[in-house]
Amino acid sequence: MYVTSIEVTTAMKARTFKRHIREGLKNTWRNSWMTLASVGAVTTTLILVGAFLVLLLNINHIAENLEEDVEIKVLVDLTASETETASVGDELERLDNVKSVTFSTREEELERLVSGLGDEGDIFGLQDQENPLNDAYIIKLDDPTETVTMAQEIVTFDYVEDVNYGENFVQNLFDFNAYARNIGLILIVALLFTAIFLISNTIKITIFARRKEIEIMQLVGATKWFIRWPFFVEGMLLGVLGSVIPIGALIGGYYYLDQNMSAVQQFDFITLLPFSPFVWQISGVIILIGVVIGVWGSVMSVRKFLKI
Amino acid sequence: MIKMKDIRKTYPNGVQALNGITIDIDLGEFVYLVGQSGAGKSTFIKIIFGDEKATSGDVQVAGHDVVNMKRKEVPYLRRDIGVVFQDFKLLPTMTVYENVAFALEVVEETPKNIRKRVMEVLDQVGLKNKARFIPDELSGGEQQRVAIARAIANYPKLLIADEPTGNLDPDTSWEIMRILEEINGAGTTVIMATHSKEIVNTIKRRVIAIEGGMIVRDQHRGDYGYES
Ligand SMILES: Nc1ncnc2c1ncn2[C@@H]1O[C@H](COP(=O)(O)OP(=O)(O)OP(=O)(O)O)[C@@H](O)[C@H]1O
Ligand SMILES: [Mg+2]
Repeated sequence: MYVTSIEVTTAMKARTFKRHIREGLKNTWRNSWMTLASVGAVTTTLILVGAFLVLLLNINHIAENLEEDVEIKVLVDLTASETETASVGDELERLDNVKSVTFSTREEELERLVSGLGDEGDIFGLQDQENPLNDAYIIKLDDPTETVTMAQEIVTFDYVEDVNYGENFVQNLFDFNAYARNIGLILIVALLFTAIFLISNTIKITIFARRKEIEIMQLVGATKWFIRWPFFVEGMLLGVLGSVIPIGALIGGYYYLDQNMSAVQQFDFITLLPFSPFVWQISGVIILIGVVIGVWGSVMSVRKFLKI
Repeated sequence: MIKMKDIRKTYPNGVQALNGITIDIDLGEFVYLVGQSGAGKSTFIKIIFGDEKATSGDVQVAGHDVVNMKRKEVPYLRRDIGVVFQDFKLLPTMTVYENVAFALEVVEETPKNIRKRVMEVLDQVGLKNKARFIPDELSGGEQQRVAIARAIANYPKLLIADEPTGNLDPDTSWEIMRILEEINGAGTTVIMATHSKEIVNTIKRRVIAIEGGMIVRDQHRGDYGYES
């Protein structure tokens, strides 16, 4: 007895659900011009959102790789005694943000310089001259974005002659990353609102065209959800349709980039995020954003238009 | 069926449409609502089916506390009430069948029951053979019969009609009255606002006369009482 009644209600719900989907599809089809306009807006938005995401995440990825390589070279005074040199090392070890401290003698420094210069080093005959270099500590940080402040602090230590950390490069990289992120976010938010606005306008037009139908539905006792659902379906559909082209472009474009980057790659620190799963994750994000702005657009217009 | 106590309605623009209406209408009654234009008949009807909210007072309709009702409860009140208007309110793009089926889809009735019930009520109003027509292909009287069929599809205990014959010629009006009487004969309460002296004076029923938002007369088997 109970089982039967539960089955009946479930069956009714499935049927009603189908009805809402059917109505939503019909509306989308009926206002084909407005549908096209808002799908176009969603498409443009999502392509830009996708491109920004790909760009920003890859810059982030590259920056992280570079950050790994960022190190501070602390040059010890030439006049420092052995114990004084060691005390600099101890002091560096005690700093909070320090991941590792490696000591490199002036001889090792010279060797590194010579091998770095390759054949030219031999030509200069550097090895034959008196070694002009300092003993050095090479430190890596837990949080590389702190590089500049750390360097400025370390340079004030006793027996420290100077610090080297590729000042401009490091700072520029971090700055660029932050700028790109902020500008990208502002643009994306502006575009999202434009798309939501267009979607809500499209749905307003459907609602307007169906005012009489809605009035009669209310007259014969339709609940507000029964009336709302087709419009939600429509909004969602607009969002999903709008994410088709962006996802296609993303998959194709990133595949192309991935293939060609590895071919011309000279610097091993510039590596893109791997095609899979990155592309699938971004696709998921794109379709999710599409659905969210679609539903948001319909919620806004339904709320304004139906005083229910 | 309906219990109204000291109902007042002031519209947002300041018009006081109802100024203290107290009335009981029992199950199975047939009631005419008469009064000059602007007297408050439509406002009275709108309060009954939850289209307007009373400013103060108390109304019980078919067991619903209409004044203190939340918006989301209004649909369930409407399912117990059938409403018919002067302008029919049919959907022009739908067939007669679909227009009636609509009322049953909205309450999530099963397709099988919908088919059965739609043909039943269309038969009741004598339009079984015009189920596939669209409203534009029907006369005014036929359109009003479709609206009545839709209003009674859900087996309402109460049918309210706001000037159902207002747009119809006398012959057609009598036809509509015959159908309303039949519905009333089957036990449904009928409340009908009208300006038709002829109808009220011929088919004698309870007459409630409203003037300036107040009941000035409540008479069983009464007459119209105004020169029209
Ligand atoms: N939505 C509204 N907003 C403001 N005032 C209204 C509204 N509806 C009706 N009124 C006013 O309330 C009063 C009663 O109107 P109502 O429609 O109830 O009269 P009625 O008896 O139905 O008249 P009629 O016979 O012409 O249909 C009138 O003065 C009218 O102008
Ligand atoms: Mg009126």
